Amino acid sequence: MFDRLSEGFSNVLRKLSGQSTISEGNVREALEDVRKALLEADVSLDVVNEFIDGALKDAHGREVTKSLKPGQEMIGIVYDRLVALLGDAPQIPENATQEEAAKILMADGPGIMTISPGPTIVMMCGLQGSGKTTTCGKLAGWLKKRGRSVMLVAADLQRPAAVEQLQTVAEQVQRDMPGGAQVLFYAEPEKTAEYGKAVGVAVGVCQRAVAAARAKGIDTVILDTAGRLHVNDSLMDELQQVNRLVQPHQVFLVVDAMTGQDAVKSAKAFHQRLEVDGLIMTKFDSDTRGGAALSVKHITGAKIRFVGLGEKLDALEEFHAPRFAGRILGMGDVVSLVQKAREQVSDEEAKAMEEKLAKGEMTMDDYLQQLKSLRKMGPLKQLLGLLPGIGAALKDVHIDDAQLDRVEGMVNSMTPAERKKPEVIDFKRRKRISTGSGTKHEDVGNLIKGFTTVGQLSKQFAGMSASDKVKAVKSLGASGGAGSLAPGLSGMPGFMRGKGSSHSASPKSAFKKKRK
Amino acid sequence: MAFFKSILSKLKQGLEATRQTLTRGLRSLILGRQLDDALIDDVQRMLLEADVGVEATQRLIDRARADFKAGTLRRSEDLLAHLKAHIKELLSSSAAVAGGAVGGGGAAAAVAAGAGGASAGAGSPVGDAASAPRILSPEFRLAPAAPTVVLITGTNGAGKTTSIAKLAHMFRRQNKTVLLAACDTFRAGAVRQLEVWAERLGVEVVKGQQGGDPAAVAFDACKAAVARGVDVLILDTAGRLHTQDPLMRQLGKIYNVAGKLIPGAPHEALLVLDATTGQNAVRQAQEFARFSPLSGLILTKLDGTAKGGVVIAIRQATSIPVKFIGTGETPDDLQPFNADEFAEAMFSEEA
Repeated sequence: MFDRLSEGFSNVLRKLSGQSTISEGNVREALEDVRKALLEADVSLDVVNEFIDGALKDAHGREVTKSLKPGQEMIGIVYDRLVALLGDAPQIPENATQEEAAKILMADGPGIMTISPGPTIVMMCGLQGSGKTTTCGKLAGWLKKRGRSVMLVAADLQRPAAVEQLQTVAEQVQRDMPGGAQVLFYAEPEKTAEYGKAVGVAVGVCQRAVAAARAKGIDTVILDTAGRLHVNDSLMDELQQVNRLVQPHQVFLVVDAMTGQDAVKSAKAFHQRLEVDGLIMTKFDSDTRGGAALSVKHITGAKIRFVGLGEKLDALEEFHAPRFAGRILGMGDVVSLVQKAREQVSDEEAKAMEEKLAKGEMTMDDYLQQLKSLRKMGPLKQLLGLLPGIGAALKDVHIDDAQLDRVEGMVNSMTPAERKKPEVIDFKRRKRISTGSGTKHEDVGNLIKGFTTVGQLSKQFAGMSASDKVKAVKSLGASGGAGSLAPGLSGMPGFMRGKGSSHSASPKSAFKKKRK
Repeated sequence: MAFFKSILSKLKQGLEATRQTLTRGLRSLILGRQLDDALIDDVQRMLLEADVGVEATQRLIDRARADFKAGTLRRSEDLLAHLKAHIKELLSSSAAVAGGAVGGGGAAAAVAAGAGGASAGAGSPVGDAASAPRILSPEFRLAPAAPTVVLITGTNGAGKTTSIAKLAHMFRRQNKTVLLAACDTFRAGAVRQLEVWAERLGVEVVKGQQGGDPAAVAFDACKAAVARGVDVLILDTAGRLHTQDPLMRQLGKIYNVAGKLIPGAPHEALLVLDATTGQNAVRQAQEFARFSPLSGLILTKLDGTAKGGVVIAIRQATSIPVKFIGTGETPDDLQPFNADEFAEAMFSEEA
């Protein structure tokens, strides 16, 4: 996400950071490139112009031309402007440690408010095909995970089979998503009609749904309204009526991240009628530069609360402006990574694992479990993209998650005894394992070798000071052995293709350092 | 043919009201002004805001400025005609043409794309006059022998199913028999959505199992189309982002399955593109064409305020022409693409 926008930016910033002197003329020239990058990223023209004017003013104000590192200073200005454009940055005290800063950033969760007494009512709105129904399902999953019960309300009575779609989604969330809370579905399917013939009916449906939710003590009600054009007056009136009579606590506008210049017009129209409280950007897993996010945020002043990153029901992320601004500029997003890891591994589990590692007691089973939780966090390439400086380097690298399947296959082909003590695996056992998992003989060898190396390393690590740890990892990277930190992966043929084996070493070591 | 005439008259009626507003944007801009750099700057702004993109806008503006400097474009009243002519030119020539590599305008490019489709069909005699796709109009190619197979592709929420309903309706009005294939086995409610439309329009649907292999549905549908002797088979596919490699490969499989059973199929492979899409649409078109050679675009949701200017960039980058535009939610709201009116609409302002 924002990949291509950040690509455009990195070129500009590289050019900029190389400049030892920046004159009045340079600033304009550099910003002209920024302007073009923003336009190509579909940021609306007005917003672009304002952005550039503001950055120019900042540059004068901070006396960029007189500072020691004008390039760095300019990047700082662009970053600050981006954060301001994307959302209000949380206040982080100057003397905060990295951990404290991460805590503050995470606590600034946008989320969904809780109203007491319930139910909290959330209304979704947007153009046709922006992804409202799918997002409803994802939000229900997000709430369920947090122990909040949900009622999904089918208020789209226009699009054929929209009701059925939401019902299926609701059932999927109830069945497949983690968390104990209830996910209910409310609809009045007999009220559906052809386009334009059921206008206004949604109002009553929503009112009755809220009453039903209240009676059942449901925590949050999500109204899935029909997609509509912002220029269709009668349908916009209907939304306004729902807004007035049902009084949702939060109105979310769902926006396709691939939207172009028109994003401002539709967002403005929805905002004028409904006072949108939050934005959800969908389809961020495409390679769009996502400039619409900047425009819509600017036009409505509403926070971007979530981003949709795929068709699966858990492909929803909370939005954090500073982190996204960092991503755009290729500064990485370690906080997201830590948070993702926390969702999969509890603090106790992590601690237990750390102790095992320190004592050199980690087994293949532990490794398999770690691998599984790592994979639950998302596709590897997406995860690595969150690390500072990795996104651009990974652009042309093909990462095949299927290779992880093979590692899992190999471990699964081992006997419990072998998993506990991999050193017992001799030539014969190795052969059996490779046959059993459909891998090559050497693959099994590499996995075991890597695993043993990590075991030894972590024992040494446990007794080291922080600075020694860093040194040790660095020397590993230099000798090309850091790949063994993820046993079985670097040795696998075709795991990472394309340019840069040197890149493959650093993300892993950085990742491991972070997890420790 | 008569059908397209009736469509055209409907289009004219429909556009009559809009035409007032269409040109009002630029007309009011020009009103009482001399042609100068500032006016050209304003036009540049309109082009950028219509999603034409930085590069294509620059080309159009450079042309206008050059002609203005050279004295061949003098009056502000001529500016609109000048821009329209050049936008039309960009819409009928691909980057390859502009680069001097290959010749051929809109219709020729469509035929070339068709030949590519035919070669995918197993054992079909490519270049044989008898099997060459017959051109009914620049908008649509029919197979020499029924069934004509139409493959509909696009990202999630672009408007594929609605566009299929409109196409089916168009063919029904030409008294052609239509069969729909519900190859979107992924999204919840997708099959049902197509079925509802089929019931309303009086056409049949071939469907498979939810979560099943969409290529298998396409296979069954092709067989059924031949067995039942229908005129047109339309394949609905699941929405997919062009960045999802496995899903794109799956689309390629659907494309190939059709060609294996019916020579030359799919005769039309159309990408449904939401007019609100920004510059990313170029990547979309390129990627979809890589897996399923595209013969054209259906530009949807033009009844909003989006101008869909990105199709100019697409045409430049890929030579894929726009064939239809979608302007509403009812089955009647599908019209053949008209470059002239499209160019004019670019400079409109909503009332």
